[in-house]
Amino acid sequence: MTAVEVIATGPLSTVQDLGRPGNAGIGVGVSGAADRGALRSANRIVGNPEDAACVEVTLGGFAARASAPLTIAVTGAPCPVTVDGRAAAPHSVVRVPAGAEFRLGTPGRGLRSYVAVRGGIAVAPVLGSRSTDVLAGLGPEILRPHTVLPVGPPPEEFPVVDSVPVRPLPTDTVSLRVVPGPRDDWFTTDALETLLGERYTVTSECDRVGMRLDGPELPRSGVGELPSEGMMPGALQVPPTGTPTLFLADHPVTGGYPVIAVVLGSDVDKAAQARPGMRLRFTPSRR
Amino acid sequence: MAATGSTGQMGETGAAPRVLPCGDAGLLVELSGLDEVLALHGALEDRPPAGVVDLVPAARTLLVRFDPLRTGPGEVERAVREAEPVPVQRKSGELVEVPVVYDGPDLADVAEHTGLSEPEVIAEHTATEWTVAFGGFAPGFGYLTGGSGRLDVPRRAESRTRVPTGAVGLAGTFSGVYPRSSPGGWQLIGHTDLAMWDVDRDPPALLRPGVRVRFVDVRGGGS
Repeated sequence: MTAVEVIATGPLSTVQDLGRPGNAGIGVGVSGAADRGALRSANRIVGNPEDAACVEVTLGGFAARASAPLTIAVTGAPCPVTVDGRAAAPHSVVRVPAGAEFRLGTPGRGLRSYVAVRGGIAVAPVLGSRSTDVLAGLGPEILRPHTVLPVGPPPEEFPVVDSVPVRPLPTDTVSLRVVPGPRDDWFTTDALETLLGERYTVTSECDRVGMRLDGPELPRSGVGELPSEGMMPGALQVPPTGTPTLFLADHPVTGGYPVIAVVLGSDVDKAAQARPGMRLRFTPSRR
Repeated sequence: MAATGSTGQMGETGAAPRVLPCGDAGLLVELSGLDEVLALHGALEDRPPAGVVDLVPAARTLLVRFDPLRTGPGEVERAVREAEPVPVQRKSGELVEVPVVYDGPDLADVAEHTGLSEPEVIAEHTATEWTVAFGGFAPGFGYLTGGSGRLDVPRRAESRTRVPTGAVGLAGTFSGVYPRSSPGGWQLIGHTDLAMWDVDRDPPALLRPGVRVRFVDVRGGGS
């Protein structure tokens, strides 16, 4: 059986696909790739179905050995890719001979890279998905050296492109479009203006669940408790401290602090590539 | 916008639900209470509108998540408003006994907030049968309703970054058990060793909507 043996993982590497929607009733969130567009793109390059499982690599440092000839692609945060020491291009079809080792260096910008293998990572699905949900502790274990990842049979489709063009990721400020609400009426009238007018810095408390932001406080207009309600990726939830948390893929299914605004789905991908220290700028979405 | 908080059912006999935006891929439907939430949830689960990918029921709201490439907020809102609510029967579900050691770090705060003594807090918590209303927060976490009403406490002002597995907590009039270690803002009054979630068990969640729960003080010993 074709397989990939993990040699090194960097700070965090996990298996991800597009998640497990439809299980909220038993408290199971969607999870899946933090940058869904990058995962889809990696799969398209190698001819996989868009939702095939890939390896999500946080800040590079992933290395693995191929048991048989493989076709791979690396997307997301652009990092140097080598195959047995020889440089290969990101966002393109990369051939890995049997027994060869491929490595991802540290990306110059962005946070999360995606390694698609033609055939997909074929670990056992849990509730319909191969994604590791780090908050829920569901799905495959976080990858470690010596983990052997089975690779599925190659799809019928062949790679049709050698590489895909990508827009460079920002290095300083990321612009994210938001829709105000659902709980903007829990805040003072100035709060939304503050959110849209100021910059918020990504703190080091930043993982697949979400990112705590630092910046001007968003004061509430009154006191009171919100009954817990459903949460989404991109939700800007504001605890009583007044500074927002931006939820990502492994956010809790429900939460009890009001959400002042929600980042558009396509822009959540951009948020997931923002590093600690970078600044976020929220702009109102035109709809 | 329609008034909320009025009693009665949605539909022709009562107030229309308030529908709030959630980015470009969700709508938060605000209803008058848990029964109305579960009735709408039942309706949308029976006949899922095109493009709807997940339904998240909670105490007073139903979050409807959709794929913005397949449908839009206008179409989803129309489907929500036209849905025929399916009234819920509060079934006499399976009864689960949860053994609890009442040694939580917030027990004293809860006592102070409710004006009860610590033993009285424990007595209130163990006196009534609770029912799982809905899931959420984490796999296997059930929001339990049916307390006496005297245990009505706010969440902690700052949530803990790490609440241990099995911690038994209170928030508002709900009780719940943390199925695994996670961040959390509930007031912790005790802990249990009973596994709330086991992915190798079928079903993996011990506390599913409709299951009845009785908490048992296992270190009470007449103190």
